[in-house]
Amino acid sequence: MLSIKNLHAGVEGKKILKGINLQVNAGEVHAIMGPNGSGKSSLASVLAGRESYEVTEGDVTLDEKELLEMSPEDRAREGLFLAFQYPVEIPGVSNINFLKTALNEIRSYRSLAPLDAKSFLALTKEKQKLVEFDAKFTNRSLNEGFSGGEKKRNEIFQLAMLEPKLSILDETDSGLDIDALRIVSNGVNRLRTDKNAFIIITHYQRLLEYIVPDFVHVLYDGRIVKSGTKALALELEEKGYDWLKEEAQLQEQV
Amino acid sequence: MASSTDILTDITEKDYEFGFVTDIEMDIAPAGLSEETIHFISAKKNEPEWLLDWRLKAYKAFQKQSMPHWQNFEMPDIDFQKISYYAAPKQKKQYNSLDEVDPELIATFEKLGIPLSEQKTLAGVAVDAVFDSVSVATTYKGKLKELGIIFCSFSEAVQEHPELVRKYAGSVVPHSDNIFASLNAAVFSDGSFVYIPKGVRCPMELSTYFRINTENTGQFERTLIIADEGAYVSYLEGCTAPRRDENQLHAAVVELIAMENAEIKYSTVQNWYPGDKDGKGGIYNFVTKRGICKGDNAKISWTQVETGSAITWKYPSVILQGDNSEGEFYSVAVTKNKQIADTGTKMHHIGANTRSRIISKGISAGHGQNSYRGLVQVGSNAKNARNFTQCDSLLIGDQCGAHTFPYIESKNSTATIEHEATTSKIGEDQIFYLNQRGIDTEKAVALIVNGYAREVLNQLPMEFAVEAQKLLSITLEGSVG
Ligand SMILES: Nc1ncnc2c1ncn2[C@@H]1O[C@H](COP(=O)(O)OP(=O)(O)O)[C@@H](O)[C@H]1O
Ligand SMILES: [Mg+2]
Repeated sequence: MLSIKNLHAGVEGKKILKGINLQVNAGEVHAIMGPNGSGKSSLASVLAGRESYEVTEGDVTLDEKELLEMSPEDRAREGLFLAFQYPVEIPGVSNINFLKTALNEIRSYRSLAPLDAKSFLALTKEKQKLVEFDAKFTNRSLNEGFSGGEKKRNEIFQLAMLEPKLSILDETDSGLDIDALRIVSNGVNRLRTDKNAFIIITHYQRLLEYIVPDFVHVLYDGRIVKSGTKALALELEEKGYDWLKEEAQLQEQV
Repeated sequence: MASSTDILTDITEKDYEFGFVTDIEMDIAPAGLSEETIHFISAKKNEPEWLLDWRLKAYKAFQKQSMPHWQNFEMPDIDFQKISYYAAPKQKKQYNSLDEVDPELIATFEKLGIPLSEQKTLAGVAVDAVFDSVSVATTYKGKLKELGIIFCSFSEAVQEHPELVRKYAGSVVPHSDNIFASLNAAVFSDGSFVYIPKGVRCPMELSTYFRINTENTGQFERTLIIADEGAYVSYLEGCTAPRRDENQLHAAVVELIAMENAEIKYSTVQNWYPGDKDGKGGIYNFVTKRGICKGDNAKISWTQVETGSAITWKYPSVILQGDNSEGEFYSVAVTKNKQIADTGTKMHHIGANTRSRIISKGISAGHGQNSYRGLVQVGSNAKNARNFTQCDSLLIGDQCGAHTFPYIESKNSTATIEHEATTSKIGEDQIFYLNQRGIDTEKAVALIVNGYAREVLNQLPMEFAVEAQKLLSITLEGSVG
């Protein structure tokens, strides 16, 4: 589904991603771990098309389509969803109005008629239940005055509503207490199918107890320095990231 | 992919939708301003002596005044002798029914989205349509008459209700108030008149639609609204003008009078031609709007959505004379390309326990310059007067400007005056967030701007809130990405 080949990218001349290779197939969950500043959010931003990043080398396809050539909105319409590490607040724009606009834009791109008010409401209710999202938030202004945890849960609610092919969750677990973490994970697990895929960026092994990944990758200084299964996450928890430094340096030499 | 700065320098002008000209035979006074001009207008309208005298007094006042100098832009040179002060569609003087109105005129208003036939009118909205200098139609007159409500053109009111006009016209905005108000008093040609009798709640929105059509004319309309004791009325004005390379002057006067326990809600959606992207052409909108809460517990509320005009210069104000009276000002002003807006309000607290609330939302894009100018004045008898002012500015791009000039003069130590101000930019983060949900940049900006203006838009009557929302989106099309 997603294929990243030798991706190099940076900001204002500063190299941040230094040759990422990753293959994600439908039905899979990939976890990306790594110390602060290793480039995890940058990878998510580059995939989603944030303007400030410049891609200097490499290739990314989503279902055979060249992702890097598309505008950010077209990537979203093609089925890429990013649950932001820091969701923004948009005062005065109701959550529900925003979602309706988003959903209908995506539908229009796929030549589908806009959802009528009734079907939209029904869908909202269904998804709210699925990810246990409190209805009182749906009519409030988008993320305005939401706590960190509420914002993260809103990201998952949006994910449920928009039904993307590929979802990237950027540290959705940080700032969540244990109950919220369980609710969010349950939501994600319910949304998993054999047709969609998830990339879960996290700092902690904790989340991966709830959302069990098929693969774990370690990002270090802009490169994936190690890939494995869930066992790798446990190993990282135990040993920290320092031991990877050497591996990274070794890789650099080749 | 284009960077945001590329996109911003690539600002394109969305076509002004209402820029067409109606081809109709007009009765036009030759350009020029003199006592003769005033005699001419007054005679055309068959006015009583006292009104002619008042006009002439105003003209004298006008001649003594100079242009204002305190605004935050350079006053353009306006040659008052080059303007024609009267233009009317050639036809009967008075229309008794719509059947007598030139079909071309009806078609014009239809094109503007203002159907004049009562069957097609928005349910619950009575419309007066003013084309250049004269009112062409007032709908639902009969229905309103049953309730004792008078809603007609100003000229008609002069003929039919001279005692009311004589008593109140110029009572809130005197003929010598400022140069534009004096000019208006001297040469005004028409406008709307509303009287709501004691205890009557006007059951529908009253609305006037102003249209400038003829070249080199100015539009000088007067609106006078009187809500007698315990009465209520909600009034809406809208306006457009053809696209022209010359600037045209619009100098209107609006006076509102609210008696004891009465409430007047006055909403404006101003979309005069703003000029092209280089600042060529456009309407000079120099307007004096003032209301007085004459009796206790009266309330006046101004709501304005200002998207058009090359220059907007207006400060709808409230004189809070009655005890416990209340004044409100809700404003969204958008400037883009080379547009200038210098707008705000004055709240004069005279009575005890008077309250005022000011919510101003400025939006600047392109090279637009947006100034909020406000005065909160508390007199020595205004015990426990309260004001709250919230003054926000939103910048789109980095070539526009936002300025605020809040003035406070308080002579009463029991008064509470609160002022909050913010300036923000539409963030790339916000736009990217919406992009990532499948919403393109144009729509994203529209969403963000409408959200930002929500508090003001919510004050508009329903049908118009939707229109205003669309107008905001269209106005800002091409401002980003
Ligand atoms: N907009 C930016 N401008 C300059 N440097 C940036 C920017 N965004 C991220 N970086 C840098 O890129 C590196 C990777 O950051 P990030 O992708 O946020 O890492 P992670 O998400 O793994 O913590 C860091 O050194 C960070 O300082
Ligand atoms: Mg990060």
